[in-house]
Amino acid sequence: MDFLNSIPWFLMATSLAKTIFLVFLVVLPMVSYTVYAERRVSALIQDRLGPNRTGFPLTLLGFKKDFSPFLGGLGQPVADAVKFLLKEDLTPGHVNKPYFWLAPCLAMMPALVTLSAIPFGSEFMGVKMVIADINVGLLFMFAISSVGVYGIVLAGWASNSKYPFLGGIRSSSQMISYELCMGLSAVPVLLIAGSTGLSKIVDFQVREGWLLAPFTDGNLSLRELLLWVPVGVAFITFTISMFAETNRLPFDLPESETELVAGYHTEYSSMKFALFFLGEYTAMIAGSALIVVLFLGGWHVPFMPDGRAGWVWGLLNIGTFFAKVAGLLFFFIWVRWTLPRFRYDQLMKLGWLYLFEIALVNIFLTAGILALCK
Amino acid sequence: MAYTVPRPKLTFAEKIYLPSIVAGLAITWKHLKRMLTGQTKVVMQYPEEKWDAHMPEHYRGAPTLVTDEHGRERCVACQLCEFICPPRAIRITPGELPTESEFSKVEKYPAGFEIDMIRCIYCGMCEEVCPEQAIFLRKDYAITGTSRAEMLHDKTKLYEMGGVFDGLIHKWNPDK
Amino acid sequence: MSPFLFWFFALLMLGFGVSVVINRNPVASALSLVASFLCLAALFVGLNAFFIAVIQVLVYAGAVMVLFLFIIMLLDLRAEQRRRFNLVALGGGTLVTLGLVAELASVLNRFPLGRNPFPPLQGSAVDDVREVGMTLFSTHNLPFQITGVLILVATIGVVVLSKRELN
Repeated sequence: MDFLNSIPWFLMATSLAKTIFLVFLVVLPMVSYTVYAERRVSALIQDRLGPNRTGFPLTLLGFKKDFSPFLGGLGQPVADAVKFLLKEDLTPGHVNKPYFWLAPCLAMMPALVTLSAIPFGSEFMGVKMVIADINVGLLFMFAISSVGVYGIVLAGWASNSKYPFLGGIRSSSQMISYELCMGLSAVPVLLIAGSTGLSKIVDFQVREGWLLAPFTDGNLSLRELLLWVPVGVAFITFTISMFAETNRLPFDLPESETELVAGYHTEYSSMKFALFFLGEYTAMIAGSALIVVLFLGGWHVPFMPDGRAGWVWGLLNIGTFFAKVAGLLFFFIWVRWTLPRFRYDQLMKLGWLYLFEIALVNIFLTAGILALCK
Repeated sequence: MAYTVPRPKLTFAEKIYLPSIVAGLAITWKHLKRMLTGQTKVVMQYPEEKWDAHMPEHYRGAPTLVTDEHGRERCVACQLCEFICPPRAIRITPGELPTESEFSKVEKYPAGFEIDMIRCIYCGMCEEVCPEQAIFLRKDYAITGTSRAEMLHDKTKLYEMGGVFDGLIHKWNPDK
Repeated sequence: MSPFLFWFFALLMLGFGVSVVINRNPVASALSLVASFLCLAALFVGLNAFFIAVIQVLVYAGAVMVLFLFIIMLLDLRAEQRRRFNLVALGGGTLVTLGLVAELASVLNRFPLGRNPFPPLQGSAVDDVREVGMTLFSTHNLPFQITGVLILVATIGVVVLSKRELN
């Protein structure tokens, strides 16, 4: 079989190892603990405590006391997962079955696939810490996340009932609109870094300082000072679009409880619902990771050596990257429990009349600055 | 005639919305910080902390039956509480006291007295209506059971919870 | 690209293409088309043309087909599902298709360049976004600008047409 011989085994093995590490050891635990953080932080913001006492209910088996081995409620995600797996999986009679089953998978998959282009660390034991180092990484992220809308649209349509349908319609138009803003607000970054490869953007920021904090390379030139304005604007518009793309409050109209019960996943239960939930949070993590890569220097720690200097530094870089992502996730949660939901026309107006124009003007501004200060 | 709602003139800062977002974030951050530093008083942590120490004087808990200082059941099975009970949680089976009984003058006693604690709404009407001061709402609030039968308090259980009450209590007398 | 992957994606793409035509349910057709686009993108990846592949997914699968699906769902297309196969049309369509395939085969057979394998591509070191940009803005600048004007005119036309009242 020369087909088998043509496969580069080392590449395959490291890619597999990286995929398993990223998906099963980092992102999925991160997703479940983001859900936990969501509940805990929302509780703290609202002067409550939140889930803080999850353990094993040993009293059910006849023991004297329950066993709570985790600090506070850290066992909550485990309990949630078990609950989701054990709940009755109900498929209503009026749904369009094949699509009803397909939709949750389509909601979860793209979010996970986008992670493959993210450089989540510098180098570790001589292996680059990115699963697919393609030179169109950013476009790849946009492309795959734009496919993510199918899950929601199909869920809304296949459920064959009014609230999911309205949720699906809202979601698809919202995601199409904000994809434009998101793409356009990332263009200044591409102009400055001169590449669409995510690794190259990070390399640029390692050399010249983070885009949002250009002093991290130790000096601050006039050009960087001038570029700070468009980069700041791009950061704000990009972050706002990311909120809309991931259907987070204040733009969570597809599932606004007060109007649509639960939006596109109203008819779903058990693990199928959990897949939507996981997909939403994975998309959030992928989005935060993208913001970190584009604006916050990726895995870079200022004034420290990177992974080429030894495996300790490699680990540090990976840790830094996910710490930055976690910080952004906290910001996502914080915003969610602060702002009220937008009205639908306000959302469309914001996207098409303001963010879109601001992003366009911002591109011209960046190009002008780049042309003037060589 | 149509009434035009006057819209407030917004300043530029209000129009771009971002300053108010930051202000809102500052408010929620303040709450988060106060929670984390323990400055906010949170609700009682129920199984560990209980109400028992600071139960208010007027608290209405589970209804119970009491005996007097001679060990006589105060209840004379007049069934007023059974009739007044809004959720109809009380069921009394009246019985006749035998003539040789020490308290035969009272004539009636409850042969059976059941309060369904699933139905009881702790309103205290039984206590108010009782002419013999035989039924009182105590401060027990954690009435739990794993079956319906367990939640049905029978006479023995009710007397056990109620205990003995000495002398007369002048319910209607403000000087009591 | 290994021949195995090429045949896999090519056959998958053709399968989904056929499914676009024969499916009675418009949503199923639209989704088959999306899947077919994705397979096409995979073929582009096999040619190391990442940029084209990604644009294929971004524009066709991610934007155009979402709008298609959107419209299909808003319209009530039950009538389409109930329509029966028309044997005459089916036979005619098959004949036309076969004729086209035969013509293509005969032309390609007589075309000698088609039999020579292409020279191997220079790895993934080529930054194809840069290459595409350079070509567009230098060699083909005029057609590019004209296309831009064309799209602008189309956009203005859409805005004018979708305005409710023309004063």
